[in-house]
Order: sequence, then structure tokens, then C-alpha cells
Amino acid sequence: MQIFFNTILVGLSSGAIYALMSLAIVLVWRSTRVVNFAAAGQAILSTYIGYEAMTRMHNYWLSLPVAILAGALISALVEAIIMRPLAKRTKGTPVESIAPVIATLGVLGGIRSLAGLIWGNTFLQYTSPLSSKGYMIGHTTIPFSPQNAAIVVGAAVVLLLFAALFKFTRLGLALRAASFQPEISRLSGVRVDRVRTIGWAFAGAAGAVAGALVTPTTYLSPNSLDLLLVSGFVAAVIGGLESLIGAVVGGVVLGVGFAFILQYIGTSVTFSAAFIILIIVLLIRPQGIFGKGSSREA
Amino acid sequence: MKHKSPVIRLLLLILIGAALIIGSGYVDQLRSYQGAQVAIFAIAISSIVLLTGYSGQISLGHGALMAVGGYAAVLCQSHLHIPYPFAFLIGALAGGVAGFLLGIAAARLRGPYLAGTTLALAVGLPSLANQFHILGGEQGLLFDVGNPPASLGSDFTQYRWFFVVAVIAAILVFWLLRNLLSTRYGRRWRALRANPTAAALSGINVAQAKVLAFTLSSTVAGLAGSLFAMLLGLVAPLAFTLTLSFTLVTGAVLAGVSNLGGSIVGAVVLVAIPELSNTAATHFGGSDKVTANLPGVITSVLLIATVLFVPNGPKLPRMKFLARTRQ
Amino acid sequence: MTLIIEKLHVQHGAITAIDDLSFTINQGELVTIIGSNGAGKTTLLRALSGLLPVAGGRAEWKDKSILGERPEDLVRRGIVHVSEGKAVIPELSVAENLELGGIWRKDKRDIAAATAEVLELFPRLGERMKQGADTLSGGERQMLAIGRAMIARPELLLLDEPSLGLAPLIIDQIFAAVDALRHRLGLTVVLVEQNAMSALSIADRGIIINLGQLVISGTSADLLNDPALRSAYLGY
Repeated sequence: MQIFFNTILVGLSSGAIYALMSLAIVLVWRSTRVVNFAAAGQAILSTYIGYEAMTRMHNYWLSLPVAILAGALISALVEAIIMRPLAKRTKGTPVESIAPVIATLGVLGGIRSLAGLIWGNTFLQYTSPLSSKGYMIGHTTIPFSPQNAAIVVGAAVVLLLFAALFKFTRLGLALRAASFQPEISRLSGVRVDRVRTIGWAFAGAAGAVAGALVTPTTYLSPNSLDLLLVSGFVAAVIGGLESLIGAVVGGVVLGVGFAFILQYIGTSVTFSAAFIILIIVLLIRPQGIFGKGSSREA
Repeated sequence: MKHKSPVIRLLLLILIGAALIIGSGYVDQLRSYQGAQVAIFAIAISSIVLLTGYSGQISLGHGALMAVGGYAAVLCQSHLHIPYPFAFLIGALAGGVAGFLLGIAAARLRGPYLAGTTLALAVGLPSLANQFHILGGEQGLLFDVGNPPASLGSDFTQYRWFFVVAVIAAILVFWLLRNLLSTRYGRRWRALRANPTAAALSGINVAQAKVLAFTLSSTVAGLAGSLFAMLLGLVAPLAFTLTLSFTLVTGAVLAGVSNLGGSIVGAVVLVAIPELSNTAATHFGGSDKVTANLPGVITSVLLIATVLFVPNGPKLPRMKFLARTRQ
Repeated sequence: MTLIIEKLHVQHGAITAIDDLSFTINQGELVTIIGSNGAGKTTLLRALSGLLPVAGGRAEWKDKSILGERPEDLVRRGIVHVSEGKAVIPELSVAENLELGGIWRKDKRDIAAATAEVLELFPRLGERMKQGADTLSGGERQMLAIGRAMIARPELLLLDEPSLGLAPLIIDQIFAAVDALRHRLGLTVVLVEQNAMSALSIADRGIIINLGQLVISGTSADLLNDPALRSAYLGY
């Protein structure tokens, strides 16, 4: 029973991280109909920048906004400098749907290599004042540390902020309108290009939060968020790519699913597990749990 | 559009192959090895050209399909004692079977869902090997194809032999693919890619065409995987990383994703980049950081530039006899 | 405030969609552009609102060129285009669709006033504010689209086939509303229509185009009374 409970806790924490990455991917998908494979790469670069801030200021909490800002900026730049011109150039051509995939893969590889170039491939430590050792309940240590708590809280805060943004603000309305019907939005005065860039910026911020919160529990290296690359995406697809709620549900499902597989089967199947979970979900519902319409609406 | 007869095409390819094989006698071991790498990459990239450039389906997991082929070939040789040329064929078949299964699932998926599934496959499948003892776990399995045939003389190095084998395989694959793409199947795939709805309305069985493309593409990838295993001398999960899958897609895009002949160019570029960047790095007095990461930066920048500025691939006039004359 | 179109030329790939078109519309006029399918009417509006590039010619509103501008910028200059096909966002609610009309405007009080005016004009919308726009009937969607446009306080309103697919009773309602609006607000309206009869009944002038070229222009009365035109375009 204890093990079951522990597994859920572990799943919750990792699920929160997957939910954040999945959120980043869904945000970009909804605003520009592109899957940003570079999301995890952007996240790691933002985390490195946060790390630099932390080592200079010796304050973890102050380094978080730095990382978030960096994440937003990097993402906005990728959209404005690469993705927007790309969309314009490939509109109507046969490579229209594949070009963004290639471009974001290129950005992913480029950012990871750039990080390695600047900081090296060695493992660095992004220290946080919160302990990564599990809480003690009585005499037992549960696999849920203060840092894990911060992760879950952080993810919840981000989710609530985005939900509020989308539902209650003008910007949120513009973001939604632009993602559903860009032409009608333009004709209503929405600066669709600008709004799309902002969507990407928010996505970058979400990824940065994930990176900055999870990295203190392990180590920092150019490849340390690689699992997030796949998991974030798988979580987003499971959730259906269409809604923020779906993104979060997908993340939690994947996190808890992983935790159970890890606990009851073993470590080495983790990656295979992602694939299997994904296939199962897509076979039952090709559009994801919350996805709308037929699988053709891509 | 130029139409060459398949026989002429074959003769031309054989001529090129012969020239390459003779030429390989004059270069050192490293070049032979790299030549084999190029040939194998070209085969793998051509599988992407078929799948993505023609039938319009995206796969970020062809590295995993290569793994299927590689493991199948190695297992055949070590457990069933099948001589390696036939092991290669079985590797190709294994890839085909995997591709068929994947293709059936994939036919229902579009765009990002397909990308995601193949992405998950790319990381999920190779790591399965860690679970099963028969697959050699993390260390993998050794693959020894033995020495070159004695009839070639004692000077014929193993790497040169690898090169010869790879080139012969590449010639066969290119010839077969080129012919295939000129048939109505090729036309169907192109129609499917350009406009799936219109294709369906004009009577093309979209699902069937998609699955066929996936199966054939995976067969070629399986073959490439077997040859890759030959070159490395082993198969292991670490040989078939996600980066490999990305590299294949990169190679296909660099020369034009629907340009079959461009597979060779893409392969050359992909093998040349680490080589050239190493030279550049040592020239600039680079540390470990630089040598390890510069190739990645260069490849990525090249990839982004290619897709941004020449999204349909650079025009490569000299490849016309292999490539389409019109995109 | 005039809309001046001179020798306008719009390409659609290899096809010339608008060819050497010239006309002028004065402030407060409601001019209807009539023509059969494929005549270029929609292309004309899309070119004027910045959705399509213009290959040649001149187009000015209030003495300033409108060519080469983005649609969202032209909205800020008072040109609002209600595109064809019930231009609402089905995934948003009725209220959100209306809110979208004023999304770029800063004067919150005026937005509220404009919204109130729209709801007075189209009470059916007021009853359905929280509903998704996808639950509305065709006529209601058209009202919503026009209502949204009005909240942007346009000076030049471009309406693309508002009657398409609607029942005659609803068409009358909508046309009456458009007519009332333009009289009350001094709005200049370009109304593209296939339903020439209804359009000419509220328009001051009509312009008939065919294959991207101007065939004839004149007052509604003249057009309605010309027998040749009547049989060619009005069906009797």
C-alpha cells in the first residue's frame, strides 16, 4: 500500500513536469498549428541561463524569473526569425507541413549543441534551497521532496495563470481567435502575427519553468531534458493537442503511468513504455483523449 | 520528364559503382570506411525520400527501423548461421514487417500524431533490447561478417570490402526505387502527398498506398540497418539513437526531400560535416567542448538554412539522371 | 471621405481576377456590386481589405492609399470587411465573437455602447450570448458577423454576400438592418451580392462586374429599369 501511494507521488511530480512541457507544445500548436520539437531544447537553454543567474546571484528564487524570461525570449525569437518566414515561404508548396517539423528539429539540435559548446557536456548542478530528499513521515522517507512539492505547485500555478489568461483577458481571446480562425481575426483587427509570437513566448516560459524546477533534482547537461522531449510530446498527443486541460491530463497520465511501470516492471522499459502508452491511446482515440474531430484534422 | 529505360539506368549505375570500387583501391582505410558510411546513409535516406518525399508521411523513427533490420540480421547469423548476404535480406524483410505493422497504425494518423508516434518509436524500440537477454542487452550483439573473399587478394582490406558491399547494395536499392517511383505507384504516392482528399476522390486507395509506402520504406531502412551493423561490427541500443532518426530526416531534406538522387548528396554532407568541423575545430584550437558540439551546430544551421531558403531542395543538375527532372 | 478605385488589377495565379476596374464611392453611399459567380466580386473585397495582393492600379480611402496594408491595420483605419460564409468563429461564444469586434479598441465605454446598439438591432443575439457560435442558425450567424463588424465602428463597411444561404424573410431583416445602420451612422457600404433584387432595393447605386471587368454602373433605379440588365442579371 505504501508502495502504491509512493508511486502515485512520484508520478505526480514527474507528471507535473510533463504537463508543463505538454502545455508548451499545445500552446504552440494552438497558436500556429506547428509542433515545436525544439521545446525541450529551448527549455534546457533557458535552464542554463537560469543556472548562470543562480551562480552569480546565489539565489535560486531570483534565477527563476531570469530563466522564465529567457525562455520566453528565446521562443519568441525562434518564432519571429525562423518559423514565421518559413510559413510565408512554404505556404501552398508541397513541403508546407513538413518544413516546420524539420525547422524545429534543426533548432532543437542547434540549441543542444550550442549549449554543449558554451557550457560543455559535463554535468553541472543547479542548486536549489529546497531539498531533493524526500519528506519524512514518521520513520519512513517518501519519494516526494520539497523540490517535488515546488514542482507540483509551480505547475499548478502556471496552469491556473494560463487558464485565467485565456478565459478572462483580451490577449487570451486574441490568442484563441487567432488560433481558430486567423483570417477572421485579422479582419477584426487582431494583430495575428504578433499574437502568435506571444503564444510562442508563453510556451517558452512554460518550458523554462519545467526546466528550472526539475533540474535541481538531477543534473544539468545539454541532454538532461531529453526524456522531456519525447514525454512532453507524447503527453500532448495523448491529451489531444487541442486543449490546455488535455495537455495537463496527458502529462499526469503519462507521469503516473511511467511511475507505475518503473515501480512494478523496471527502469529499462521507460522509453518503450512511452511508446506503448501512446500507441494504446491513439489506437483507441486517434485524436487523443480530448482531441476534437477526426484524426485528419491535423 | 525524361524517361530512361530501366536497363540503361542499371548500366549507368553499374558503371558508377565500378568506378567507385576501383577508385576505392587508391584511398586509405578511413576513406573506405567513410565511403561505406555514405553508401549506407544514402540507402537509409532514400527510404525517407520514398516515405516523406513521395507518400508525404513523416517518420522520426527510421533509426528504430534500421535497428530492427540490424538486430534481425545479426540474430540470423549468430543463431541460425545464415551467411551474411542472406542475413541482410532477412534484415530488410524484418524491417518491412515492422514497417507494415507501423504503417497500419500510421495510416490513421496525420501530421503531428504520426510524428509523435514515430518519435516515441525511435526511443522506445531500441531500448527494448535492454530488456531481453537474447538481444544482448546494453552491450548488444557482435556482428562479424568475416574477411573479404580470398579471391580478391590479401591486400583487400575489410573496410574496402564493406565499401564494396555497401555500394553494390546501394546500386541495387537505387535502381529498384527509381523504377518503382516511375510506375503508377510513384504517381499515386505523389498524388497522395499533394492532396490526400483529391487523391481519395480520384479513386486511389489512400490507406493502402500509405501502408505500402511505409512497408517498402521500412524494408529499405531494415537493409540499411543490417549494413550499418556490418560496418559497426555490432548492434546495440546506443547505435540507434533518436539522433540517428533525426539525421536521416536531415539528410533527406538537405538535398530535396523528394529527390532520390539527392540521397547521395545528403549522405555525403552528413558524413562530411563531422569530418570538416573536426578539422575546423582543431584549426581554431578547440577544446573538447568545441569538437564534440561543433558538428551539431553546423548541421543544425545547415538544416535550418536549407529548409528556410531552399525548402524544395537545392537544384542539383548533375543528379538529373537519377533524380526527377521536375519536382 | 471617398473610396476611389482606379484601374485596379488583381491576379489569381495565372488568372486575371480583376481587370482595369475603376469606380468611386462617396461617403454615406450604399453601393452594391452585382455579378454572377466567379465575376470577381469576392476577390475585389478581399483585395480592398488587404487579404489579397494587388498587382496594379490605385485604391484610396480618405485620400490615402489602402494598397499593401495588412487587414488588421486597415481595420484601424475604419475599413471593416465581413467576409463571405458567415464569418464567425464557431469555437467561441456569441459574446466572445462580439468582444472580438472591439478587441483592438481602447475606449471601453464606447465599446459597451456599440455592443448595446448591436444587441438592440439584433435582439436574437442578446438571447444567446453565452452560447457557442456554432449553435446559431445561418441568419443569426450573419447577424453576429455584422454585429461584430459594427462594434469596430467602421467608416467603410465591406459586406460579402450576406444573403447567401438565408431564407427570404431573414434576408429582408438583415438588409433592413444594414440600411438602418448606414442611415443612422453615415456609414459607407460596399455590398457584394448575387441577390441583385434585394441589394438594389436598399442601394443607392449598383455596379455590375463580369470576369473582373466593369460592365455598367448606375443608380439602382436605372439598373432596375433597364430591361437588358434585368434579363441578364435580375432574371426577368
